[in-house]
Amino acid sequence: MSDVNPASGSGAPEREPAGAASPDQAAAPEQAPSPEQAASSADAASPDKDVATESRRAESAASDGDPSAGNAGPAATDAGRSGRAATGTGAPEGRGPGLGQLFLQNLWSANTVTVTVLALVLAIVIGAVLIIISDPDVLATYGYFTARPADAINSSWSVVSEAYANLFKGAVVDPAAVSGWADGSNGWQLVFAPISETLTYTAPLVFTGLAVSLAFRGGLFNIGAQGQATLGVILAALAGFLLPLPPVLHLIVALLAGAIGGAIWGFIPGILKARRGAHEVINTIMLNYVSLYFLSWIINQRGVHEPTRTDAISKSVESSAQLPRLLGGDLRVHAGILLAVLATWGVAWLLNRSTFGFELRAVGANPDAARTAGISVTKTYVLLMVLSGALAGLGGSNMVLGTTASALTPAVAAQIGFDGILVSLLGRNKPWGVALAALLFGALQAGGNRMQSYAGISLELATVLQALIVIFIAAPALVKAIFGLRAARAARLQTSVAKGW
Amino acid sequence: MAVDDVALAPVSVGFWTRNRKIGAGLLLVGALAAAVFGPLATGQEARFTLSEDAGGAALEIQGTLGAILFGLIAAAAGAALLVGLPRRWFGPLLGVGVVAFVLSFLCWQVSAAPAGQNFMPLVNMLRGTFLLALPLIFGALAGVLCERSGVVNVAIEGQLLTGAFAGALFGTITGNVWIGLVAAALGGAFISLLLAVFAIRYLVDQVVIGIVLNLFAVGLTGFLYERLMQSDAQAYNQPPHFGTWSIPLLSEIPVLGPALFRSNIFLYLALVLVLVVHVALFRTRWGLRTRSVGEHPTAADTLGVRVLRLRYRNVLLAGLVAGIGGASYTLASFTFSKNMIGGKGFIALAALIFGRWSPTGALLAALFFGFADQLGTYLGAVNSVIPSEFLAMLPYLATILAVAGLVGRVRAPAADGKPYVKG
Repeated sequence: MSDVNPASGSGAPEREPAGAASPDQAAAPEQAPSPEQAASSADAASPDKDVATESRRAESAASDGDPSAGNAGPAATDAGRSGRAATGTGAPEGRGPGLGQLFLQNLWSANTVTVTVLALVLAIVIGAVLIIISDPDVLATYGYFTARPADAINSSWSVVSEAYANLFKGAVVDPAAVSGWADGSNGWQLVFAPISETLTYTAPLVFTGLAVSLAFRGGLFNIGAQGQATLGVILAALAGFLLPLPPVLHLIVALLAGAIGGAIWGFIPGILKARRGAHEVINTIMLNYVSLYFLSWIINQRGVHEPTRTDAISKSVESSAQLPRLLGGDLRVHAGILLAVLATWGVAWLLNRSTFGFELRAVGANPDAARTAGISVTKTYVLLMVLSGALAGLGGSNMVLGTTASALTPAVAAQIGFDGILVSLLGRNKPWGVALAALLFGALQAGGNRMQSYAGISLELATVLQALIVIFIAAPALVKAIFGLRAARAARLQTSVAKGW
Repeated sequence: MAVDDVALAPVSVGFWTRNRKIGAGLLLVGALAAAVFGPLATGQEARFTLSEDAGGAALEIQGTLGAILFGLIAAAAGAALLVGLPRRWFGPLLGVGVVAFVLSFLCWQVSAAPAGQNFMPLVNMLRGTFLLALPLIFGALAGVLCERSGVVNVAIEGQLLTGAFAGALFGTITGNVWIGLVAAALGGAFISLLLAVFAIRYLVDQVVIGIVLNLFAVGLTGFLYERLMQSDAQAYNQPPHFGTWSIPLLSEIPVLGPALFRSNIFLYLALVLVLVVHVALFRTRWGLRTRSVGEHPTAADTLGVRVLRLRYRNVLLAGLVAGIGGASYTLASFTFSKNMIGGKGFIALAALIFGRWSPTGALLAALFFGFADQLGTYLGAVNSVIPSEFLAMLPYLATILAVAGLVGRVRAPAADGKPYVKG
């Protein structure tokens, strides 16, 4: 697809005001040619393609339309942009591709933002309902709602607002700590403690989220981030307490060991997919549990198990292999978050600027077309899963080399792999989007801890909120229907890669 | 979703057919068993008692002899496959080979057990196998119902968990097991409903929504558990349990009777359901339609089958079945605890795939996985050198091998996971 007419043609309906007949199905690629689009247009002719796949391709095609990726037809790109800017925000047309325009473009392309915000709102509302119906005392006030409605409303409000206020205070900032700092009754640490907690929880999620989204972009669904992270945890910890190495080198070796562990665990489904056509979803699910049992076995082996303890816990990682704390000893935030930012940048570079990134996006959009173009699909799949596994393994290393834990326990990897799937979906498989999504999830986790200890609301509410947010994100048509959004806005938001087993 | 540049290459059918490869593997494994398990086994008698303890009648064999003998039988079965017997011998020979290998292993383990424990109570083993397989059977049946009609069900774990929770909660509140059972089924159906709406109506990727629903179910039940059940277990988490029902006559059969026919309602339900689903799927109009919708929805639609309605109905049915499976935890022996399913839903998924998307296959796979689980418990009790963790990995590894085509090829229904859009 070397000329741009098909693109601008199919983009046209999207520029019209509301009322396109079937918005979710109107997959509307409207960007300059990019590899995916070239590839997806190749199969657009085939009648039995799933809508979801199509629209997802369109979405990823559109997302790659930033100046870096689409170097063909710059004029068309500009036209498309200004057109979109005009519809989306009513900005003046005809400016050069300046910073302002980039901002407007991003604002528009994220109707994503609209839907994300609304999904958050919906999740919070449902969470509030859950808090109310799970509190027998509050529920009792609804028994005489018609007689004294104020009772029910007041008690509901107080329990819900207390929960969410603590969620905020635990994740972002506690006003009491700020005023305490101002009048000198407490140090600056307390002010930054919530942020520090949030960032501590964020770091591993960035890695696993990137792992899942990288695989997504290559057309593979890596559910095995959990298993890869578990292997990463194991190898990183082993390197952390078995190898006698000097400080900086030790940390690097331990991180590498984690990455290698994850890479091995990613290689297995990758090679099975490439050589035997075995579905990676099934294999990665199975490998998650294999790694879990492997972890619980290895903890109790001689040389690994902590001799002074009777429960299942390994020796502790030596301090020379631990990620340094960034804000002194009292705050838990550690260098893992810097690595996470670095990894995000690296994955963004890989996807948008490198040859391999181009190949993997092409394979993800349409393996057949990619093969025709001379790309080795087999090699791409294997390399992709190895890279994805290595990222997840690094996420696992963060759990044991950072401040979250310093020894192996059966639950040391927590849920970071599964959460990584949610993060990746929420971040719409774009590296910086994933980083932001991880930040939100980290904040929910950190805030959930405070909510549990201060407001007595179970930490599980954070899990519920996370799942709900992603459910709504995954079904933009639902959010759109609930809020009566304009039709075209949600059309490109389909995150799915529906393709079956 | 095979990678075509390799998978579509013409299969070279030379001497090494699939049967021969498996035969060679079996020969090797059997010979290894004879060579390794034999010397490791002790001269003690390995007793397989036909009761729940050391007493009573027993099948006995000397440990070393048994390990070597059964190893050789497995090797012989492999050799028979290798020389190339007719196709119809494949199944029986493979079965004999695998069973002989397991027996060789057991002879070693039982004879090497600490003194006085050189026995394996078969009734216990059999009962444990079935009980541990119960949630897998229900879960895998739920998978069959969904996936045969073209909706991938990764949310089995969530359906089981919600079923267990709803069963415990409403069973306790009403004090009635039957209401608990109905509530459990509806609890499973609730997750199923979400799966159906998002997968069918909103075309969300089915694996994605399945994974998210699992996390949602873990969070939701965990949240309500901590809010309600933990603070007041007496009021919310003391579910009544179904008692043991002995089936007259059948329960008198030696070994099988006490193991299978003096059990609770869930085991009978599971076995009946397997039969019902099997007959319904392959002998009724509904079954034909379901399978056609799962293989080629467009063709089915052309012939007048209402694809989406059938899918909705089957997914909801699956939720009911999985919900009952969840109740087999809380309404039979336990109270509810957080995340109590602990990955069984994913083993059920493995059983579904290992059993090739058929109800009977799923039953056999579930029993195999249940046996591995029970064997792990047994080996732990006799201080075996085999770590129970590795036995626990067995179901997952077996599934990987099956999916990778190393033990025959498994193939999902053609339209599994593909949303159907009319027109």
